[in-house]
Amino acid sequence: MSKAILYDSTLCIGCKACEGACAERWGLPYNDQIAAEQTISAHKLTAVETHGDKFCRRLCMNCLQPTCVSVCPVGALQKTALGPVTYDADKCMGCRYCMQACPFQVPTYEWSKRLPKMRKCNMCYERQSAGKQTACAEVCPVGATVNGDRDELIREAKRRIGEKPDQYYGKIYGINEAGGTSVLFLSAVPFAQIGLKTNVPDEPLPETTWRVLELVPDVVSTGTVLLGGIYWITNRRAEVAKKEGRR
Amino acid sequence: MKRKLPKITVWRAIFAAILVSGLYATYLRVFHGLGGATNLSDKFPWGLWIAFDVMCGVGLAAGGFTLVAMVHIFNIEKYHPVLRPAILTAFLGYVLVVVGLLYDLGRPDRLWHPLVMWNPHSVMFEVAWCVTLYTTVLFLEFLPVVLEKFGLHKPLNWIHKISVPLMILGVLLSTLHQSSLGSLFLIVPEKLYPLWYSPILPVLFFLSSIAVGLAMTIFESWHSSRAFGRALELPLLMSMGRVLAVVLSVYLWVRFLDLSHRHAFPLLARNRIETWLFGLEIALMVIPMVLLYQHRFRSTPGRLYACAVMVVFGFITNRLNVGTTGLEAGSGTHYIPRWSEVAVTLSIVGVGFAIFRLVAQYFPIFEAHTNQSAPAVVEERQPEPIQVA
Repeated sequence: MSKAILYDSTLCIGCKACEGACAERWGLPYNDQIAAEQTISAHKLTAVETHGDKFCRRLCMNCLQPTCVSVCPVGALQKTALGPVTYDADKCMGCRYCMQACPFQVPTYEWSKRLPKMRKCNMCYERQSAGKQTACAEVCPVGATVNGDRDELIREAKRRIGEKPDQYYGKIYGINEAGGTSVLFLSAVPFAQIGLKTNVPDEPLPETTWRVLELVPDVVSTGTVLLGGIYWITNRRAEVAKKEGRR
Repeated sequence: MKRKLPKITVWRAIFAAILVSGLYATYLRVFHGLGGATNLSDKFPWGLWIAFDVMCGVGLAAGGFTLVAMVHIFNIEKYHPVLRPAILTAFLGYVLVVVGLLYDLGRPDRLWHPLVMWNPHSVMFEVAWCVTLYTTVLFLEFLPVVLEKFGLHKPLNWIHKISVPLMILGVLLSTLHQSSLGSLFLIVPEKLYPLWYSPILPVLFFLSSIAVGLAMTIFESWHSSRAFGRALELPLLMSMGRVLAVVLSVYLWVRFLDLSHRHAFPLLARNRIETWLFGLEIALMVIPMVLLYQHRFRSTPGRLYACAVMVVFGFITNRLNVGTTGLEAGSGTHYIPRWSEVAVTLSIVGVGFAIFRLVAQYFPIFEAHTNQSAPAVVEERQPEPIQVA
């Protein structure tokens, strides 16, 4: 079964323990100044945003059909069977198409480095492969972030909404967005109010380019016959004209 | 001739200033990374270097495949005199696109990775292969000029033997490449402003590249005739202006249909920067189209040239809109290129002009150059089709 994260914004107390655990897991520095940053960046792969009296985490959605995986020209990004979307920095040539294409604007870049890498959360692929929880889920003191099988987490989310319908906005963010994501959100208010993108199409985005890319063999084969044929006709005409002129 | 001398020095001074700033910008790019040389950000990862150096560079090189198709595949011999400058432009254009990529890629040392590490689901993968293969094809298409210059007849014959498949391959690769630059943006339906986002972006990119390829050919013929004091091939360029008018009409009509099918016209009532930029882009295509339909505009070199320039600028506006301005609102951020981005871009353009000039001066690019021996040249060229067929 594929793994996922369920983040329940109604339980989150904004303690930012997940940020610290994430930084530690990646070996990134973490201090008050970084804690105050509200956005994800190459040195902060998850961030707890404040929206009025509500909180919302930002992290890689580890989509079921990831846009970044489809656009990466060198296959540096891969969707693992386990669920996480992993990144191989040794392959990456820095075209940044993943950043441009990601509907959630998740991938970030080491802009100031001479040999930069893309950075993003990979849902603790290494830890989850070893049977452990993601760092953020393990450290969360109130269970706002939990880690488990996606289907089970969806059931759990539905159970919570069913039990306390007045405390939840009755939808789960991430079930259909961009064809479904491995990070699911629950909220007390409409998702736009806690900074989640609501204009993400439900269609998996890789479809948009594949529709055209799958035509490439057709274009090449038809083009070859067409251009070759036109050449043969037009130049044959010239040839004949020349020969007749000679006679 | 005397009048030209001071003008050239002014241009040379500007050229030198651009190069110096470009060199300093290069230093910033190499030693301080993309962050030190650009205004790019996590929310706006592509800027001027992609939208102009790559997307416009490839488009402005489209004269190469357009004229190869017209002259060699459709066998319209009268366009032969402008074929070589078009191929040279295309070859230089592609080489400079690669230079632009070296600036823009985070790891330019890994430019070759897509050739080894495949992902056929990526448009960027297609783009990488098209750039590589078509630059090679353009090199081989341009090589005869060099071989002729040095009288190397044996390799010249080899190239002639593969010239037909080579030309067909070149046209196919260009078709794929021009359109794939549009396909790149199919993946951002929620970011690109709906005046530009369309499922037929690849078709629109392909059609507009043909238009700008013709416009660039007129543009460079005009400039080279002034620079080298040779006669302008006016009847030829006039008929090319006619073709350009038709291509523009087809392009604009397809865009109109696309907007209408997507019910995008109400967007034009909004007073937004996107509306105005869209209007500018369309005006720079509609005005030259209307003018080029009139004989008096086609038949005057200056007016014909002005029309070509408008098309070139309309095309550049379109690519910049798709590649930068049209993405700003959807990305929730603003982007204005840093001076160093502009300096690198101008340097690349300047170097392109300078190399074109040098090559045109020392190699047989313009046939009017050898006006006295023109009949001989024509005779030499005639047997080619027979040899191949």
